[in-house]
Amino acid sequence: MSKIITQLSIFVNNEPGRLAHIVGVLRDCGVNMKAFNLAESAEFGILRAIVEDPEDAYSRLKAKDVIVRKTDVIGVVIADEPGSIFKAADLLGRAGINIEYGYAYTGRNKAAFFLRVDDAAKAVRELECAGIELITDQEI
Amino acid sequence: MYWNPKIECMPKEQLKQLQYRELKALVNNLYSFNKFYHDRMKVQGVHPDDITGLADITKLPFMYKQDLRDYYPTNMFTVPNNEVVRYHVSSGTTGKPTLVGYTKNDLEYWTEALARSLTSVGIGPDDTMQISYGYGLFTGGLGLHYGAERVGATVLPTGTGGTERQIELIQDLGVTAIACTPSYLVHMGDVAKKMGVDFRRDTKLRKAVLGAEPWSESMRQHIEQDMGIKAYDIYGTSEQAGPMFTECEERKGIHIAGDIMYVEILDPDTGESLEPGQKGEMVVTMLKKEAMPMIRYKIRDITTLNEDECECGRTSPRISRITGRSDDMLIIRGINVFPSQIEYTLLQIPQVGNQYMIYVSREGALDNMVLQVEIKEEAFTDKLEDMIRLRSHIESELKKYLNIAVTVELKAPGELPRFEGKAKRVIDTRKLRGENKCRRSSHSCQFS
Repeated sequence: MSKIITQLSIFVNNEPGRLAHIVGVLRDCGVNMKAFNLAESAEFGILRAIVEDPEDAYSRLKAKDVIVRKTDVIGVVIADEPGSIFKAADLLGRAGINIEYGYAYTGRNKAAFFLRVDDAAKAVRELECAGIELITDQEI
Repeated sequence: MYWNPKIECMPKEQLKQLQYRELKALVNNLYSFNKFYHDRMKVQGVHPDDITGLADITKLPFMYKQDLRDYYPTNMFTVPNNEVVRYHVSSGTTGKPTLVGYTKNDLEYWTEALARSLTSVGIGPDDTMQISYGYGLFTGGLGLHYGAERVGATVLPTGTGGTERQIELIQDLGVTAIACTPSYLVHMGDVAKKMGVDFRRDTKLRKAVLGAEPWSESMRQHIEQDMGIKAYDIYGTSEQAGPMFTECEERKGIHIAGDIMYVEILDPDTGESLEPGQKGEMVVTMLKKEAMPMIRYKIRDITTLNEDECECGRTSPRISRITGRSDDMLIIRGINVFPSQIEYTLLQIPQVGNQYMIYVSREGALDNMVLQVEIKEEAFTDKLEDMIRLRSHIESELKKYLNIAVTVELKAPGELPRFEGKAKRVIDTRKLRGENKCRRSSHSCQFS
């Protein structure tokens, strides 16, 4: 059980049909996405996804020559009420931990906000000390 | 090791006398037996008697690529058809193809030049040489084939294509040397990686004779570091016979066999002769050519001439790496840009892979250049910001080196086209002189 979640980051050329192509490869590899986010510039995008069994998915995608990287992220459990992200974000800010990007996930049991921070291990320590719940890989 | 030490190490003065005798005989012969060049000499008002020294070559009229098209197919031949033993035909990106005919002696000087060149890079009877140039109308395959046979190497005539099979053969037959385009060798490297083949560990391939397209010093470093193969530049065009002249082991310029080809370097604007070391347009005279003349031919390659004696002991003059053919030069918003300069800059950036495409278009009155660049897998990160920073870095390096603004687009490894023959990395869609036709500019026409 880990509170550091492995995210897969995939390079996608920003051309018509490229997203369809890449998610087609994900489907062919039997990769189930739990949460994802797409960042794009003019000519390329980065698909970031939380998937079931990331290690296995990573090696399957690699075998298909997909440009994929593993990235550590954390998932802050959020309540369905105003200000629930504030506490975590404020704490990380004061601890000097930079949030690179984030995206939301509404799971079956818990909702979470996935965060890419510059120091995931430190972020986990700080948040746990403050009593903020983090989602584990098995809860996703 | 020399193939023909008497000529390769001939004292310079003696070589110049030999060149003069060859030139004199050539001009006499053409004036008497070649209608095309006879007429051209008449128009210029020059007679064979006016040639009394090597310097008098400047009195002779030029020849142009257009002449080969205008006199297509055989109207420029000096000899009757029964003396012609082979044709090669160039692809001809615009207009008619160009045809080159060879007599037995023409093939002989071509093969002799290659035997000297291959010996100078240390290829000989102990080598197994794979020829991965196209065989057929293109001069690369057959030229290198007979050259390698002449020095006694075991020749493996694979031609282009079937890259995985070629790599298997390199392993199975213990291939030690290869001749192909630099882009094809790089492609082979990529395919080998996917097959789990490490050239250093799993093959005996250590030497490559690369040409038919301009390539850069960075590409050489890349090939040597990545594949452990020592790369030598080869030069030659079909008008001259085909690929002929290479660097020696010193790799400080391409040795030009002076008894076969005489080189002048001219100022491209004024047409005046330039001193050795000055960069200009190369004009060549093939001293032994029989089937069709090649006198003061404006090949449009840009280079410099070095007449200093080489450390290898050869006295033949050397030309510097061809930075591009003046026909290949792109004029972007009034600034001259050679594709080879772009390649050089790109390959200096560690995150950049070895594939790129150059797109030139016109938007309104402005030229626009877009460069698609494959990045290396390890350069990819999940942060958009890092990727955008990398893109800006590439743009600013290009700006610094080429002095023009270029739009860079990052591509994933494997996304851009691969080339087995000559790489066509430049797509220029600007309308030229009001023509409505799109011009597809090939990267180079060497060997063509």
